Amino acid sequence: MSTRRINWYKYAAPANFYPLAGKMIPFFTVVTVLLFIIGLYVGFFVAPTDFQQGESYRIIFIHVPAAWMGMFLYVLMAVYAGLGWAFNARLGSMMATAISTTGAIFTFISLVTGSLWGRPAWGVYWVWDARMTSTLILMFLYIGFISLQASIDDSRRADRAGAVLALVGLINVPIIYFSVQWWNTLHQGATFTARSFKMAPSMLSAMLILMAACWMYSIAVVLVRVRCIIREREREAPWLAEAVA
Amino acid sequence: MFGWVSWRDLILAWRHRADVLATLFFFIIVTSLFPLGIGPEPQTLQTIAPGVVWVAALLASMLSLGRIFGNDYQDGTLEQLLLTPQPAYLIVLAKVLAHWLVSEVPLVIIAPVLGLQFGLSENTLLIVVVSLLLGTPVLSLIGAIGAALTLGLRAANVLVALLVLPLYIPVLIFGTGAIQATVNGTGTKPWLLLLGAILVLAFVFAPWATSAALKISVE
Repeated sequence: MSTRRINWYKYAAPANFYPLAGKMIPFFTVVTVLLFIIGLYVGFFVAPTDFQQGESYRIIFIHVPAAWMGMFLYVLMAVYAGLGWAFNARLGSMMATAISTTGAIFTFISLVTGSLWGRPAWGVYWVWDARMTSTLILMFLYIGFISLQASIDDSRRADRAGAVLALVGLINVPIIYFSVQWWNTLHQGATFTARSFKMAPSMLSAMLILMAACWMYSIAVVLVRVRCIIREREREAPWLAEAVA
Repeated sequence: MFGWVSWRDLILAWRHRADVLATLFFFIIVTSLFPLGIGPEPQTLQTIAPGVVWVAALLASMLSLGRIFGNDYQDGTLEQLLLTPQPAYLIVLAKVLAHWLVSEVPLVIIAPVLGLQFGLSENTLLIVVVSLLLGTPVLSLIGAIGAALTLGLRAANVLVALLVLPLYIPVLIFGTGAIQATVNGTGTKPWLLLLGAILVLAFVFAPWATSAALKISVE
């Protein structure tokens, strides 16, 4: 058992990955549900009320994981797209396409929850602080990737064009991030920086559990999505008819 | 070969001068709309001038991106160019240079005149020109990536805006930063140096990405 090596190349073929993903989805779904239940319970009932912000700080439990996922998934998407392009591995490109939607949704959630949190914390829904602005730009990058792929009919070209765009975006992300920070300090927006409040251990653990829940959710959803993409693109392939039947 | 590609694009642009002028007038009209929309108070106009000039320059340069490769793609010239033994990097660079000369340099020349409308001082106008000179080549270089990716697609013009505008943001920030620093009397030099750094980066990487994108689109 211990000497058996997993043949990664085998699972780079959609025909072999499709059933594997099908087996993995239930596991990740169950873990997601459990982690969400535990995390939300700790977040709502165990974590104490913050003495400065009251109950409204609890939005952090979804806001921070969503923001992190938005960023991680962009990098992951670019890596998969690059692998798919460099090694001509269709599955990598399909993964990138599947991840892009989930990443965009998380980025959107982090923007919405951020502005909903901003209302009680800062008194306004939106401030042009460095983090919110760069998240907004990240959202634009996702939108660019998704709309580029959506408007190319030839899936092979869509994969590769998306890869170029994702990699260019990846190089640009740090430049954009630092330029936005400098822009922000130039314009004295720093008065609005999020007040760092002391986190009780239960707060931190709720956040980390929900972070893990978001990861598991992403894996489960991306696998479902990638299975849909495989079925769409390989609809002519004989193996699919067998696998579905 | 490099010179030939650029020269050919310049001749083609000269034969369609109306297109070039349209971009220039677009730039002039957009910048003139802002005082009408915001009001003629000199104080306000001075504050918004750097942003207005730069945003208008971004939009104007974006309008002409389709022309970098569009016609050559349709009549098959682009495919022939890519088949030549010349590195695609140089061909892309030549075409980007032509695009910059045709579509961006006129904006840089007219910008000080528009700056006068916003009550900027002579010293500031100089920085407007310098920052545009450093920044507009980056717009052409990055824009070429978007143009290459969207070759021959439906609604390519709108799409290219979605792809390229977010990538323009650092240029916008540093370009306006330089002008504002002059207005406020804080140091201009760091902003110009940053713009220069971005220009160098874009010069090295962007044509490479563009040629990769061209090969994908032409295939």
